[in-house]
Amino acid sequence: MAEMEVVGNFLEAAVRSATPLGFAALGALIAERAGVVNIGIEGSLVCGAFASFVVAGLLGPEAGFVAGGLAGMSMGLVFAVFVVALRAQQIIVGAAVSMLGLGLTASLHRIAVSSTGPGAPISTFLPLQVPVLSEIPVFGQAFISQPVTTYLLYALFPLVGWGLYRTVGGIALRAVGEQPSAAVSAGHSPARIQCAALLACGFLSGLGGATLVVAQTGIYSDGMSAGRGYIAMAIVALGRWTPRGVAAGALIFGGVSALQFLTQAVNWRVPYTIVLATPYLLTLVAMAALRGARAAPAALGRTLNRL
Amino acid sequence: MASLLASTGVFTCALAVVALVIAAAGYDLSGAARAAVEGAVGSPFAVLSATLKRTAPFLMLGLAVAVAFRAGVLNIGAEGQFLAGAAAACAVGLFATPVLGRATLLLEIAAGMVAGAGWAGIAAMLKRRFAVAEVVSTLLLNFVAANVVAYLVRGPLQEPTGAYPQSSMLEPIARLPLLIDGQRLHAGFPIALILALATWWFFRSTAAGFRFRMTGSGRAAAASAGLINVNAVQMHALIASGAIAGLAGACEITGVTYVLYEGLSPGYGYTAIAVAMLGGLHPLAVVASATLFGALGAGADAMQRNAGVPAGFAVVAAALVVLGVLAIPRTLRLLRPAWPGRS
Repeated sequence: MAEMEVVGNFLEAAVRSATPLGFAALGALIAERAGVVNIGIEGSLVCGAFASFVVAGLLGPEAGFVAGGLAGMSMGLVFAVFVVALRAQQIIVGAAVSMLGLGLTASLHRIAVSSTGPGAPISTFLPLQVPVLSEIPVFGQAFISQPVTTYLLYALFPLVGWGLYRTVGGIALRAVGEQPSAAVSAGHSPARIQCAALLACGFLSGLGGATLVVAQTGIYSDGMSAGRGYIAMAIVALGRWTPRGVAAGALIFGGVSALQFLTQAVNWRVPYTIVLATPYLLTLVAMAALRGARAAPAALGRTLNRL
Repeated sequence: MASLLASTGVFTCALAVVALVIAAAGYDLSGAARAAVEGAVGSPFAVLSATLKRTAPFLMLGLAVAVAFRAGVLNIGAEGQFLAGAAAACAVGLFATPVLGRATLLLEIAAGMVAGAGWAGIAAMLKRRFAVAEVVSTLLLNFVAANVVAYLVRGPLQEPTGAYPQSSMLEPIARLPLLIDGQRLHAGFPIALILALATWWFFRSTAAGFRFRMTGSGRAAAASAGLINVNAVQMHALIASGAIAGLAGACEITGVTYVLYEGLSPGYGYTAIAVAMLGGLHPLAVVASATLFGALGAGADAMQRNAGVPAGFAVVAAALVVLGVLAIPRTLRLLRPAWPGRS
């Protein structure tokens, strides 16, 4: 039974680490299916984390969670203005938006600390047990003993899948990512669709950042997004730009992050920093094994000139 | 001339926006501004030991980014290449000094360049062999490099007492000489200036530089001209860019910190993108923009120390500079052909 408990603990930690990644990767998926590479997701994540910490301290974790999404969306809006309206190069705007988010949150945090002292840990969402389901050995412990935000993510994956493949808006969005001129011929505006996709991407990434605070640590620290925005993009590539693949990719990355708990549990002597580097190496290997971006939307990263 | 005016305008606007935010946050703006100006240019010490000391890494990393971007390669891994160079220089410095004495310094610099080139070379190989976009691979390698440094300073390179996560201090003979007694400006600064001139000459007057520029301004056109192997040129550009970033890392550790530790680079590699963009990817203009960013960093530190205003605002200003440069249509026209199609 001890082994099963170790496995259960490991999977529980894997799902916990995967949750913020899953939100951000779902956002990245929507943006990339609309043809936009948004490496500014990192900025949305860290703004989401900071806003959720501030608002949750005042109004509780539910309000903090929503505030995190809105803060992330505001960063998505900045990105959209430069990429869609001003048609600037996506990668450079993304790098700048990430810097903007990290710099703003670090500054605002310092202002808050100097005026009111370091914020106390906020009350977080506690694991929500579901009758019967949570009792299932290993599976129940891993997947159905999580905070409510994780259940929201479970619901979002099929919802986004349905939206992308079964609605007019979703089909138009994918058309913009594959062949913008075809979308125009069909009467859709790529600019409007990309803007909407980027706002959704920012909102979901902000929720991912908020998850770190209101469902996990209860505190905010500068740069706590720790590169998760970039991992999200790797997850999308690993998941071949499909919701199902992205869900699996997020779990794999969550699992690698959780390996550190497992190595402690079984007393396996591997330097901690090497374990921390593995998700990045895994992404590189996976991208090389998949030979780059065969499954990528055809117009991904292209700057649309005439709309 | 027009682009110089535009860049100056963008920089001024970014500073003005940040000043407004600082004032709106309830700080004493004039006090903050005075602290910033004094900290950046107020005294010989401020200029030599704060501003120009900081300019050296910005200039080298800005040149590294410019070399790659001019050839149409999106190297956003200058941060990791910088760390690789610093770690290699540190390792060489710690182990070779008793044997080589003064000559260690040359070996440290060489090791830094090779390590930076090698770190970028991983991304170049992944691009060539497996079609992995360098945007993603160079970025991911930054995090790997940070973790490798974290491992080294807790393992093979840790100082003998094992109390702190950092390396031992480099011996004085294994350090870059200081230029002026009592000031912290080191020989890395003139090296960076020479590098800027060399890069300018390379782009202006050599056949290889011409191939770099042609590849950057249009892959298809460069390839159809028949004489340019665009894949090879981009690979060389990425590796050269990594070597320059590695040099920056080696100079930082042999000239400023003398020890390897985790926070060695406070995001220099990312700020370098702003430095290169503000300089319009022109090597000589990058000298000016690196100096501005050096002053900005020195001023921001003094502002935090003496007026309590968070230094993070300097990062915000840098981000606004990049966005501002992108917003200028003229710059857009100049840059857009460099990245056609996919990124």
